[in-house]
Amino acid sequence: MNALQDSLIELIRRTSAEIPDDVQKAILDSLEREKKGTIAESAMKIIERNIALAKQKSQPICQDTGSILFYVDGPVGMDQIAFEDAGCLAVKKATKKGYLRQNSVDSLTGVNDGTNVGPGSPTFHFHQHRPEEISVRLVLKGGGCENVGAQYSLPNEKLNANRDLGGCRKVILDAVLQAQGKGCGPGILGVCIGGDRATGYEFSKRQFLRLIPDRNPAPELDALEQDILKTANELGIGPMGFGGKTTLLGVKICAVNRLPASFFVSVSYMCWAYRRQGVALDAGGKIVKWLY
Amino acid sequence: MIDLSFPFTEEKIRALKVGDEVFISGVVFTGRDAVHKYLHEGGRLPPGVNLRDGILYHCGPVVLKDEQGNWKVTAAGPTTSTREEPYQAEIIKQFGIRGVIGKGGMGDKTLAACQEFGCVYFHAVGGAAQVLAECVKKVRNVYFLEKFGSPEAIWELEVEHFPAVVTMDSHGNSLHKEILAASQVELAKRL
Repeated sequence: MNALQDSLIELIRRTSAEIPDDVQKAILDSLEREKKGTIAESAMKIIERNIALAKQKSQPICQDTGSILFYVDGPVGMDQIAFEDAGCLAVKKATKKGYLRQNSVDSLTGVNDGTNVGPGSPTFHFHQHRPEEISVRLVLKGGGCENVGAQYSLPNEKLNANRDLGGCRKVILDAVLQAQGKGCGPGILGVCIGGDRATGYEFSKRQFLRLIPDRNPAPELDALEQDILKTANELGIGPMGFGGKTTLLGVKICAVNRLPASFFVSVSYMCWAYRRQGVALDAGGKIVKWLY
Repeated sequence: MIDLSFPFTEEKIRALKVGDEVFISGVVFTGRDAVHKYLHEGGRLPPGVNLRDGILYHCGPVVLKDEQGNWKVTAAGPTTSTREEPYQAEIIKQFGIRGVIGKGGMGDKTLAACQEFGCVYFHAVGGAAQVLAECVKKVRNVYFLEKFGSPEAIWELEVEHFPAVVTMDSHGNSLHKEILAASQVELAKRL
């Protein structure tokens, strides 16, 4: 069981301190695009330096080490209770080591006990699959970007958005406009069309497990993703909302079924400090390979 | 780049304009949600915290104690400032703050207070916790650590060459308002 705990601590450390390769590439590409001598370029240079420094020092990329979201795929018969216990202990130890900030507050009393473990924290999403392998993906999502997420119920009269893809486009772009630089752009959108209020956000966040350069297998969603990305980057909001060419680094959209009465579009915003990593584990809990 | 060093006099602050990139050197105090609410409700600053002609940093750092028992800031980027919009103007007025560092910008009430009392808003790069932590040369003290917990405590920090952009000046200008208005126009063309 200690091997599992150690593996999860290492997963937390690496997620907090090292940006995944696909995100780093997207950031470097956007730095190239920004006009020389602008505030946007200065901001992107600081971001680039920050990424290198965090990795070198093995310290958090961002001090807000965020909501701790584990996505676990495991075989039938896997002991989920034992996994949760190991995960919670790993979170406590990672917090002591400074990989995570003391970041979890009792909502009633305001008390922060400094462990990051309490009701709802960390969060585990378990999913069974046929292979024997256990894969664990971790997303650390900061509060600044979480606060600019938005859920729309269509039709939306104010935005003239109907219950179709055109209406979805309008509300997603509205979310980008409202967010401006407050979610620490350039950002990545995870969007779910459909679902209920809870599952809509849940599926929107799952989109952050995808790679930035991947393409959506559904042609109409792929077209919408490319359109939103292009349009958002023409708005001039730019890195941190300073103005500039890169407002978004990526857009990922899924669609799930809805009730006839409901049509939700749930938009989650991920900051440039897009902390996502994953590991495949053997039966003993040892890391076999890294997933990103 | 403009070097802005302690003391942060009204004259120096009034000379700054939206779009100026600055390096800040001197003492700053962190304060975020819990501190703002506490002060707004009439709470007193602890002895040792003097914000007059000072800079308030919206930040909840990661701070560890080293083997010698000294505090060390290991991550220290800005937090979203707009949550303090209900409180900030009054706090600028009451405590004589000359600068607020944060991210995302603030609203009209704060902008008006900046103009009236001679204060500016410095935008630091959100998420750049390591670059900004390197600028923290010393933790001088900490207040309300027990009361509010580490991220929400008031940390007294000595910073050197801390990079930021003036996005709200003391003359009524806000880069955030400009970008919002311009991006609204661009979006309308594309709907």
